[in-house]
Amino acid sequence: MTDPAPTTSTKRQSQAFWRVAWRRFRRSGRGVAGLLIVLGMLLLSALSPLVATNQPILCKYQGNWHFPAIVEIFQSRTARSHWINKAPPFNLPQFDAKAHAREFEFALWPLIPYHEYEQTVNFLQPPSSRHWLGTDELGRDVAARLVHGTTVSVKVGFVSMGIAVLIGVVLGAAAGYYGGWVDVLISRLIEVVICFPTFFLILSIMIWLEPNIINVMIVIGLTRWTSIARYARGEFLKIKNSDYVMAARALGIGHTRIMFRHILPNSLAPVLVTVTFGIASAILIEAGLSWLGFGVQAPAPSWGNMLRTAYDTLRIAPHLVYPPCVAIFIAVLAYNLVGDAFRDAIDPRVHRD
Amino acid sequence: MLAYTIRRVLLAVPTLIGISLVTFVIINLAPGDPAQLMTQQIQDPRISNRVYEQLREYYGLDRPIHVRYVEWLGRLVRLDFGTSMSTDNRPVMDKIKERLWPTMSLAILAIGISLTLSIPIGVYAAHRQNGWFDTISGTVLYALYSVPSYVMAVPLILLVGVQWNLLPFQGMKSDDYETLSAAGKAWDLVRHYTLITFCMSFGSWAYYSRFVRQNMLEVLKQDYIRTARAKGLGEKRVVMKHGFFNTMIPMLTLLGLLLPDIIGGSVILEVMFNWPGMGRLLFESILARDYPTVMAISFITAALVLLGTLLADLGYAFADPRITYD
Repeated sequence: MTDPAPTTSTKRQSQAFWRVAWRRFRRSGRGVAGLLIVLGMLLLSALSPLVATNQPILCKYQGNWHFPAIVEIFQSRTARSHWINKAPPFNLPQFDAKAHAREFEFALWPLIPYHEYEQTVNFLQPPSSRHWLGTDELGRDVAARLVHGTTVSVKVGFVSMGIAVLIGVVLGAAAGYYGGWVDVLISRLIEVVICFPTFFLILSIMIWLEPNIINVMIVIGLTRWTSIARYARGEFLKIKNSDYVMAARALGIGHTRIMFRHILPNSLAPVLVTVTFGIASAILIEAGLSWLGFGVQAPAPSWGNMLRTAYDTLRIAPHLVYPPCVAIFIAVLAYNLVGDAFRDAIDPRVHRD
Repeated sequence: MLAYTIRRVLLAVPTLIGISLVTFVIINLAPGDPAQLMTQQIQDPRISNRVYEQLREYYGLDRPIHVRYVEWLGRLVRLDFGTSMSTDNRPVMDKIKERLWPTMSLAILAIGISLTLSIPIGVYAAHRQNGWFDTISGTVLYALYSVPSYVMAVPLILLVGVQWNLLPFQGMKSDDYETLSAAGKAWDLVRHYTLITFCMSFGSWAYYSRFVRQNMLEVLKQDYIRTARAKGLGEKRVVMKHGFFNTMIPMLTLLGLLLPDIIGGSVILEVMFNWPGMGRLLFESILARDYPTVMAISFITAALVLLGTLLADLGYAFADPRITYD
């Protein structure tokens, strides 16, 4: 049924397209800087216990070598793992590695030797050599919470935009490809969702649902798909009349296959640019919701939560203000830089080579 | 043009009904209702249950949701948004009227300031492309554009409001506002507006400047600009009259599309600055499950947004005679 010729030629073409886009992207210094920051944040969120936790990364204790912080990566990401069973006495809630610090024959501690939930008696202390960014109202290390807050922002950004892409691409593709009453219906739906002030819609749904990170991600995904759908619709409208789609149709290929195998790969680039900016705005929405108390709930660290604490203790602990602000700013800036460079890279009008 | 306007207004009706239906369902399905929130303080369960039932009957919450929605629509036709389901029992229209001015004045100020600042910056930066001004303003504006308004607000409150103690940052008026002289009142308002207006406007200011610059760059490449220069027109005239006026069209659309952002984005800022505006009223009403107020604010906001996009499209046709809708 499928003739391999059109498929392979599309594939080769799109590969070349991505190579050209990447070559142009690399030429933009700002874009590369943004991409490096984004990759750094991804890495930090994946490996946050290696940077900040209350256990050594690597230590020799009672004659055995242990890797508590590495085990914690698995422990905090997946509930069950045979690594944890092998790890005792480390990674058990009752074991305090710091109390045993003198018994270690060798220990390599993380850069910030505090867990994000670990409470000390030093409340609201300004930055010092022990706590680089000070401590919050429960004596928790701000630097450790900042590092672990990266995980929240990365998760919210990528998962919510993943949901938005699924909805937006399917609806936009259907509207652009089929046209007619499908298009009218979906365009109307897009208009309805756009006319809602997004933040208000999200706020009302968050009151309905239990506020936690999963619901935040779902709600942001369910409300931020409109621009993706509009771009996808525009691209599908443009491409559906091209020769290769005609050829595919003449070969008797089904609509779904034409839409997702033939048109979608060639219409992905503008959608991805929107997604990059969408990630930045999702991070912002999460921080705003958490600030209002409807996002990630305490004690889980999120930049929005930390900003709220800072706002509440403005007069007695001014040092709490800057870390979350700078973190949010850098994250948003990085995604915007990547998005701009990416948009220029795929824009044929900026083409100068 | 008239036919187009009428068609757009008619098309807005199903959109508005859809929006109000979704809002109505969401807010009514949220756990807890006003009667429950009001009676949860009562310790004796027998009394609280009885009061709860009476309150539900009083507010009409004991009837099915679709009946209540149709009733709400019926009242809407008469532009009656009902009575607030909070302890003050005031008509929703009155509550909104008193909150409308603080929000609208902020929005107008924010848009006005960002336009007056961004047009000269954008035009000048485009005129001297890659000059020192363009480079510096480009970097600074890019950074500013990436700072969300409320992330800028907290350090500003800390520095200007708390540590330097220069400006107030809570509410719209001082406690002793009524005792002040007319000039003192005006000065007091200006001081209260300064911080929140800056926080609301800097983002769109940065965005506009970049937008104006980009559009100017495209326009300045056009053939008619070269023609204007060849005619021997002064540089100022070429840039302003032939260049800038042709960038007005995209700006008009942007204005229409920015309206929802400014209104929707004001919730956090208004809560942060304790501002007596619509955003904070909405936030408080959602928390108190004050259904009529939530419905009214979301409906008015959605209608404003639709109006904004319609005005932008009409402005399009007005500014560019090549565009017709008929």
